[in-house]
Amino acid sequence: MMVVIITLAIVAALFGLLLGYSAIRFRVEGDPVVDQIDALLPQTQCGQCTFAGCRPYAEAIAKGEADINQCPPGGETVIIALADLLDVEAKPLNAEHGEEKKSQTVVYIDEDTCIGCTLCIQACPVDAILGAAKHMHSIIESECTGCDLCIPPCPVDCIHIKPVMPTLRSWKWHQPEGGYAAPRVG
Amino acid sequence: MLFSKADAPYLSNNSNVQSLMLKVVYALVPGSIAMFWFFGWGVLFNLVIAISVCLASEAIMLKARSRPLEPALSDGSALVTACLLALALPPLAPWWLTTIACLFAIVIAKHLYGGLGFNPFNPAMVGYVVVMISFPREMTYWTPPMGVAEGWPGLMDTFSLVFGGTVPEGQSIDTITMATPIDTLKTQINLEHDIDYIRAHRDYGELFGNVTGVGWEWINSLYMLGGIWLIWQGVIDKRIPLAFLISLILISNLFAVVDYSSYSSALFHTLSGGTMLAAFFIITDPVTASTTPRGRIIYGAGIAAITYIIRTWGGYPDGIAFAVLLMNIAVPLLDHYTRPRTYGTTDEDS
Amino acid sequence: MSAINKSNILKTGESTWKFHGGIKLPGHKDMSTKKPIGRMPSSDHYIIPLNQQMGAEGEVLVAMGDKVLKGQMLASPHGLISAAVHSPVSGKVVEIAQHHFPHPSGLAGTCIVIENDHKHEWVERNPIGDDYRNISSQQLRNIIRDAGIVGLGGATFPAAVKQTEVGIETLILNGIECEPYITCDDLLMRERADDIVKGAKIIAHIIKAEECIIAIEDNKPEAIDAVTRAVSQDGSEFIKVQSVPTIYPSGGERQLIKIINGREVPINGLPSDIHVLCHNVATSYAIYKAVFEAEPLISRVVTITGRGVKSPQNLEVDIGTSIHDCIKYCGGYNNNARALIMGGPMMGLTLNTDELPVIKATNCLLVSAGIDIRLPESEIHMPCIRCGKCVEVCPANLLPQQLYWFAGNKDYDRALEYNLFDCIECGCCAYVCPSRIPLVQYYRYAKSDIWEQERERKKSDIARQRHENRLERLEKHKQEREARLKKKRDALAKNKSGRDEEMEKKKALIAETLARVNEKKSTQKTTVKNTENLTPEQQQQISQADARREKMKKHENQ
Repeated sequence: MMVVIITLAIVAALFGLLLGYSAIRFRVEGDPVVDQIDALLPQTQCGQCTFAGCRPYAEAIAKGEADINQCPPGGETVIIALADLLDVEAKPLNAEHGEEKKSQTVVYIDEDTCIGCTLCIQACPVDAILGAAKHMHSIIESECTGCDLCIPPCPVDCIHIKPVMPTLRSWKWHQPEGGYAAPRVG
Repeated sequence: MLFSKADAPYLSNNSNVQSLMLKVVYALVPGSIAMFWFFGWGVLFNLVIAISVCLASEAIMLKARSRPLEPALSDGSALVTACLLALALPPLAPWWLTTIACLFAIVIAKHLYGGLGFNPFNPAMVGYVVVMISFPREMTYWTPPMGVAEGWPGLMDTFSLVFGGTVPEGQSIDTITMATPIDTLKTQINLEHDIDYIRAHRDYGELFGNVTGVGWEWINSLYMLGGIWLIWQGVIDKRIPLAFLISLILISNLFAVVDYSSYSSALFHTLSGGTMLAAFFIITDPVTASTTPRGRIIYGAGIAAITYIIRTWGGYPDGIAFAVLLMNIAVPLLDHYTRPRTYGTTDEDS
Repeated sequence: MSAINKSNILKTGESTWKFHGGIKLPGHKDMSTKKPIGRMPSSDHYIIPLNQQMGAEGEVLVAMGDKVLKGQMLASPHGLISAAVHSPVSGKVVEIAQHHFPHPSGLAGTCIVIENDHKHEWVERNPIGDDYRNISSQQLRNIIRDAGIVGLGGATFPAAVKQTEVGIETLILNGIECEPYITCDDLLMRERADDIVKGAKIIAHIIKAEECIIAIEDNKPEAIDAVTRAVSQDGSEFIKVQSVPTIYPSGGERQLIKIINGREVPINGLPSDIHVLCHNVATSYAIYKAVFEAEPLISRVVTITGRGVKSPQNLEVDIGTSIHDCIKYCGGYNNNARALIMGGPMMGLTLNTDELPVIKATNCLLVSAGIDIRLPESEIHMPCIRCGKCVEVCPANLLPQQLYWFAGNKDYDRALEYNLFDCIECGCCAYVCPSRIPLVQYYRYAKSDIWEQERERKKSDIARQRHENRLERLEKHKQEREARLKKKRDALAKNKSGRDEEMEKKKALIAETLARVNEKKSTQKTTVKNTENLTPEQQQQISQADARREKMKKHENQ
């Protein structure tokens, strides 16, 4: 009986030493998984995930403090990509954080109403608003990510949402109907 | 002018799943007539039970899965499964045996995996294997073929046996049934008798007829004719049956040449048991077979090899069902490693 | 009629290879080959879209109200992969606006609308003619580019861009026309074979090819005869006519190259990688017109056919003509007409109206009577039964059913691994599928989804960069502000102590001065002068001043 216990204890100690040595010898510097997660996120910087931007959300996922289904702009595509990357199960979007939009949107400013207060400029996370104090503000449509963070600060409610219409360069073929027993995602 | 919108291409060769399945059923007809001729009413009862149970369970499962009944119910796939099971199961098998086999085939092996096109295992073979392992005794209830001993029982006797489980007066189950040539051969070879002795034996020698077993030669040949018609019609891919048969012939010849008295000849293997039924109808099931050209050849050859092994050294008389299921497991691997070379690429694998 | 030089013909089977797969389709060609090529009469208005080619739209050169001549360039090529568009008639520019034109998206694009003045006034033309042999390849390419010539087989790739002069050995002219119903190339070869051969020689001269093979399917015997005769008459030894078995899609560039010389174009590569260049016979004809008659691409032969049109035929149609007018000229629609397809029945595009212009890509207008068209409402497709028929017919040797599973599940990594982008969308797989799955639509959707993901990835990279820049900027501002504040506080603190010292010094100085002044005052008495002979006012002033002084002294002493 004693022999068994001693043998197992020695084996355990040996493996412990091995693991400890490996942890030191093969340590990876930095945190590359955060970069990989960040590369998958849509960079809308909208904050719907409850973090202050995509990078903090990526860091939280890496630390295990956040779930992978909190990003509405990324939608199902991002959830599945994150599930693949982190080897966890994909789950549906957490409705508490918002709904996936049906189509891409951008915002535009009603220039008749704008008072040039710069509150929206300060709110935009990607600096997509052109303007200065007491001067007309304008949205740079090609840089707008549709995060809608500029809409609450505006004191005169002059910022409106419009969908992004497909152009001859950006249109897509329509999805086929799928039949009565089509393969489904997930 | 209507200006309808549609997706390219706007032509099709009008083939559809239902016509493919129905052609398979048509090709089975000659062989099943021979089956009926040699093994009697039991074959017909099997067909009736199998077809009704299969179609009914398919309808119930579609309802349970909230799928529309059309076009699934009329696509003929359940009908084909039913016919194959009915022809593979012994004629005097009780009604509940056929029912259980059909239920396992349709409900578990087909619908629980997602219905037509999604099942990895051949449904008919799953049903067959389940009853083979669970009820080995009932699976030996073959009648003597017409022309051997008393032949097959009459209509009323068969009816009461299949549906009521009662044997006619003065008889026992052992006197009514007789093992198939393959089964007999295997049992006797295991008892160290050699083939010539077996074929000449007083009790069961006449079972073997001239070639491979009374009745079985006709049945297998007619199945083969039906299968050739299917290949000509473009319903099945010729690679699978050809690879299967050629491999079976080569392997059995190899062993028979080495020791003629303990290993049956290639002719025996190809024309006895369920070989031809399997070759042209069972293993060519498109959903569960390999899909790449080279993969299909390996698939057919693999089934032949495993069948021969089980028939010669395994525990069951006819190993085709197990062989099919084992190769079904290997299909994703086969497909992955036998991908054809895309135009413009150099010879590279996967 | 001169004897046909037999050495020019390579018969079917002689030195041709086969590509994997392909299907045999009923041709339906007789319907539209009974009459020679007709001429579509002029219309009153022409709508010329800018987006008629692969690549960028041209830059508009004209303005509203401008008078234009026939053949005048309306938009010049913008960048390398782009093409010019020209006016097919003389007249006036009445509109430059968004109009619908045949495009799979159904969206509108910028179009120039010309009102015909019916005067047929040409722009000045100086054709090079036979002299083309003496000018450089680059100059010839410029002529072709300025003529707006794009591939007229359907791909509309700008022709001049393909004509590299480095390393091309074989020029293949594609006279295959493998899709059913289409016969425009067939009739063009029957009637204008000489011009096509001359065009081939021009192209061969530009790219310095060693041989030229004109490939024609064997269901066009008259065309083979005509072209062979033209080649023998021309006498050049390096052009050969090759008859090819009729299989769809032999006319696909990659498949045709394999048939003619047995080599495969590498994936992600171009035919020039294996020293081959392909051009359609109609493109060759257009190049001939550009060089020998200085005529830009302003018209093309269009096959108007199908059971739904009363009088099917081939017409030479000006670019920009309304499709509605063309069909009316052919007798109009039959009662059983169900759909209008631009292109063939395998790869064409259904149009939802005929108020659209004929564009450079319009090789055929197929009015289908609905018998063989697959309409969405009749299309609930069955699940894939893995029968493998699609694998047997795919000319690119792909696994269509695997691609279908991956595309349907949006598993794009696996789809790319199985070479999704090598699919030429020919439709052979969907043609044979017993489950009637719209396979080509699945692949098209998957490809455009993948492209969209690429675009979004680029956009999100830019957004991330902007966000990080913004954070940096805010951080920088914050630090600057803090630095400034700190400096001010320091300066304030420093100033305070300095000022205190100064204050002390000043106070001491003032005290000193005051002390001195008071001393002087007390020791010295000031003598008042000029007090004799004062007027009463002066007296009053003095006494007031004295009173004030007293008051002040009192204040000081308090």
